[in-house]
Amino acid sequence: MNSCHNKLKVKNITKYYQDILVIDDISIDLNQNEFVSILGPSGSGKSTLFNIIAGLIKPDKGKVIIEGRDYTKVTGRVSYMYQKDLLLPWKKIIDNVALPYYIKGKDKKEARELVKDYFDIFGLKGFEYKYPFQLSGGMRQRAALMRTYMFSKDIILLDEPFGGLDAITKSKMQYWLLGVLEKLKASVLFITHDIEEAIFLSDRIYILSDRPAKVKEKVYIDLPKPRNKDITTSDEFNNIKRHILSIL
Amino acid sequence: MRKFISTEKIKELINKDTKIIPTIFILILLVFWQFVVDIGLIERYILPSPKNIILTLIKILPEIKIHVVATLQEAISGFSIAIILSIILAVLMDSIKIIKKAIYPLLIISQTVPIIALAPLFMMWFGLGKLPKIIVVVLVCFFPIVISLLDGLESVDKDMLNLIKSMGGSKFQIFKIVKFPSSIVSFFSGLRIAATYSIMGAVIGEWLGGKEGLGLYMLRAKHAFKLDKVFAVIIVIVILSMTLFKIISLMQYLFMPWTRES
Ligand SMILES: Nc1ncnc2c1ncn2[C@@H]1O[C@H](COP(=O)(O)OP(=O)(O)OP(=O)(O)O)[C@@H](O)[C@H]1O
Ligand SMILES: [Mg+2]
Repeated sequence: MNSCHNKLKVKNITKYYQDILVIDDISIDLNQNEFVSILGPSGSGKSTLFNIIAGLIKPDKGKVIIEGRDYTKVTGRVSYMYQKDLLLPWKKIIDNVALPYYIKGKDKKEARELVKDYFDIFGLKGFEYKYPFQLSGGMRQRAALMRTYMFSKDIILLDEPFGGLDAITKSKMQYWLLGVLEKLKASVLFITHDIEEAIFLSDRIYILSDRPAKVKEKVYIDLPKPRNKDITTSDEFNNIKRHILSIL
Repeated sequence: MRKFISTEKIKELINKDTKIIPTIFILILLVFWQFVVDIGLIERYILPSPKNIILTLIKILPEIKIHVVATLQEAISGFSIAIILSIILAVLMDSIKIIKKAIYPLLIISQTVPIIALAPLFMMWFGLGKLPKIIVVVLVCFFPIVISLLDGLESVDKDMLNLIKSMGGSKFQIFKIVKFPSSIVSFFSGLRIAATYSIMGAVIGEWLGGKEGLGLYMLRAKHAFKLDKVFAVIIVIVILSMTLFKIISLMQYLFMPWTRES
């Protein structure tokens, strides 16, 4: 599994804000179809790292390599979902989700046609022509996820997508996400500070230190797939959790 | 128990329908006004009673029609010109920071110049036709629209902008997809204020001289000591202003369904 084709390589990224070191020599690998989590305390620099990978910020040192090509400070390659859902309140869900296609210059009819079939997978069937305020928090998050997926279907960055949800919805969404990824075949980089969430979803976890963020350890999660909720009470799961807690 | 429910109901009514309290208050004021004039506490030629005013209004309706049309024409042309100019200026100021730095203080200062002092100059420069009135309307409407639109353009969520950037969107796309739509609510609140100012602006312009318009009609009525006519025209002006205000609100409701919630 791990010798799979490499999709994304973050090489020795260092970033200062003014004179403060925020990211200290971080390297991360993401292989095809892999789900990799980045687990770190609040304010450590995780979102900054994603901004660098997405090409919005230039790192002071290091490179972002995607499929062998240099993508440092180049936007428009990976899809990126922010901590907030950032749906446009004035656009219907279908047009929000089709936003990447509008930006690529497709017209309304074409763009809607391209996204229509995915509403079922993302559990939003019947809500195509609603406005964001008419949806629940969990549905909005799914819509944001769907928009993210529409932009680039191979590499997806998710910055705490379930951070703002209640425990029950969150757990449903995690389970749902695994199911969706089973069908969609994407490589995902996932930020969280929820240990159980990271273990449940990931193939691999990078554990970051406090600011300045450094990779403390890489943890491989060998739990079998497909996973269900029972696994979170198993011994293996708890062992991994104990191990991670001891590192943090 | 019964009483408890009924007070609850009243509270609910008060909370839900904010129109009830002001309506009652205004009615009380009107009754009081009518009473004061009826018992002769104030002479009728100094302050006509509400009943007088309404009767006068009905009587003069046919003769003021032409003046209503003139005032509306000036107000709406001035308002439209102000909208176009404000959009152009706000967009320029927002996209080129140096223009904003240069113009913003000027805009604020311009608001401290009394329009009533400027208007006679416009008469001298542009004559007694519609043009000087339209200019007055543009001047009073311009400011609230520009400021609200600028505020809106500035308060756009930075992450929203980054999102479009991360997808490789161009500057124009960022403006079209995020900036303009997210400032439109603020834009409309400026429009509503400007709409009510527009009629007033036209009336001020006419007040200083001209051939037609509600301002001119009021001026003549005042000179003839026909205070009931003056008040009747004030009512017409209030109704016209409120109607414009409502039309703008209605447009917002129709074209921006996502702002209905809240
Ligand atoms: N534009 C900026 N200028 C200066 N400092 C910044 C800037 N953006 C972020 N920082 C600082 O860099 C540090 C890392 O921020 P970042 O948002 O990457 O953290 P995070 O790990 O995503 O936190 P959280 O888990 O709370 O989202 C923080 O201390 C923050 O104050
Ligand atoms: Mg963050």
